[in-house]
Amino acid sequence: MTDMTNTTDLPPAPAPPVSQARNRRRIRDSLLPWITTPLLLFILIATWHVYVRVSGISPFILPAPDTVWTEWLRLMTNPRGWNHTYWTLYATLTGFFWAILIGVSLGVLIARIRWLEVTLNPFIVATQVIPKVALVPLFVVWFGFGVTSKVIVAAVLAFFPILTNTVLGVKSIDEGHRDVMTSLNATRWQIFRRLELPSALPYIITGLEVGIVLAIIGAIVGEYLGGNQGLGRMLIERMNAFEMDEMFAVLIHMSLLGFVLYFSVGALRKLLTPWHASAK
Amino acid sequence: MTLTEAAPAIRLTGIEKWYDAGDAAVHALSATDLSVADREFVVLLGPSGCGKTTLLRMVGGLIAPSRGELMVEGVQLWAGEERRSEAVSELGMVFQDANLYPWLSVEDNIALPLELKGMGKAPRRAKAHELCALVGIGGFEKRWPRELSGGMRQRAAIARALSYNPKILLMDEPFGALDAMTRDAMNLELQRLWMETGKTIILVTHSISEAVFLADRIVLLSPRPGKIDSIIDVPIPRPRRGEVQATPEFQQIALSLRQRLSEIS
Repeated sequence: MTDMTNTTDLPPAPAPPVSQARNRRRIRDSLLPWITTPLLLFILIATWHVYVRVSGISPFILPAPDTVWTEWLRLMTNPRGWNHTYWTLYATLTGFFWAILIGVSLGVLIARIRWLEVTLNPFIVATQVIPKVALVPLFVVWFGFGVTSKVIVAAVLAFFPILTNTVLGVKSIDEGHRDVMTSLNATRWQIFRRLELPSALPYIITGLEVGIVLAIIGAIVGEYLGGNQGLGRMLIERMNAFEMDEMFAVLIHMSLLGFVLYFSVGALRKLLTPWHASAK
Repeated sequence: MTLTEAAPAIRLTGIEKWYDAGDAAVHALSATDLSVADREFVVLLGPSGCGKTTLLRMVGGLIAPSRGELMVEGVQLWAGEERRSEAVSELGMVFQDANLYPWLSVEDNIALPLELKGMGKAPRRAKAHELCALVGIGGFEKRWPRELSGGMRQRAAIARALSYNPKILLMDEPFGALDAMTRDAMNLELQRLWMETGKTIILVTHSISEAVFLADRIVLLSPRPGKIDSIIDVPIPRPRRGEVQATPEFQQIALSLRQRLSEIS
């Protein structure tokens, strides 16, 4: 084993000492959101508070932030509130799971098999163009007022971005990367597992980020239209009872749920594709 | 001629390639015969469009020839459009781009062929470690490919091709994307590797000095349609050092190649 003696092919030199200004900029960029986000939130709530006080607007139209806060705390400590949260979460995640399973596997097949893509494309576009929310009453008729119809709405909404991003991801695979697998005599399964899936993963995760948001929307819209479970149902009930402060609390609760789910999916990016530029 | 004369590592008989280009077919390579001996270093040299990459990719099992017979280590590589896997396993390919997978560490890239063949993790890692030292990137096993320089990536790609110990290395302009100094260093390295491992190598290039420096035999190809123009022996003794480029012998071969190339391209 000979040692390397040439000097022309050294690894990239360690980064030169970063200039003070650049360092400062980097610290500023990473710290800034931790200051600006609470600040903007504070300004928003303060404006809301002052507006409610000064205008004397009816609490049936816009409740004050402090009463909403109290209601939200009550919701958080109320087992009924958690029961509704559980059903919305259940419908969202189950629907999301099916959307991933069908979206990714169908996406891989479509990207690989030309005739399948040609055959299915008109139908996929058609299902995309139909306003799917308009189909929700139909799903209620077909699948009942229970959680099944909500799961299906969530899955149908989340499915499309996952499918299209998977197709794009598999089609974007570098030809040279494919040549490596061909020259190594890899089986179809090996090519999928060792090349297509990891290579398409950054695209698929982008699809998941869009998909999870649509899955929540699907579950909540499903709950609006039927059944007696879930945050969507709870919101409608509060509205019908003119309990606006509670309705606002539910609204905020939904938003927080959305944040948590969206950032959980976003965390997958760093976890699963640390090698990719999008993870930085 | 003795009875014990070894069979050639690679033998092409009447190998020909047509590409479909809409209504017209393009003749990429006209009927070609070529034999490469065991442990020989053959360089395919020619202007662009001479079919040298097409030829290499056919030998590498990546594209099927339209006609002709291609034997690798005594086994017919192509049966129509179908490849024979036992012939492919004697071939290691190195491409112009290193084609390392960005989601695998350097050692996992190098050990990928072994993983596909079902070797366990520990022996795979040990082999990758050994190969990193052999190609001069010891200590970089755990890095991501993007953390390596262009030359180091190409070293890793060579290590990957060597990992399953094929008898033949096929290299498609492996150093074409590197700067001149790195390229010279890599040529020295490749010669050392070839002498240490006893592989048969076919390398495609359009650099005359790279061809003369590395080759036992240079196969000069001419374009439209691609065909073998001439085959030139390079009798310069080994190991060749960087300074060999200044010798009259080297200069003379390079000059005649340059003249012939300007006539045919």
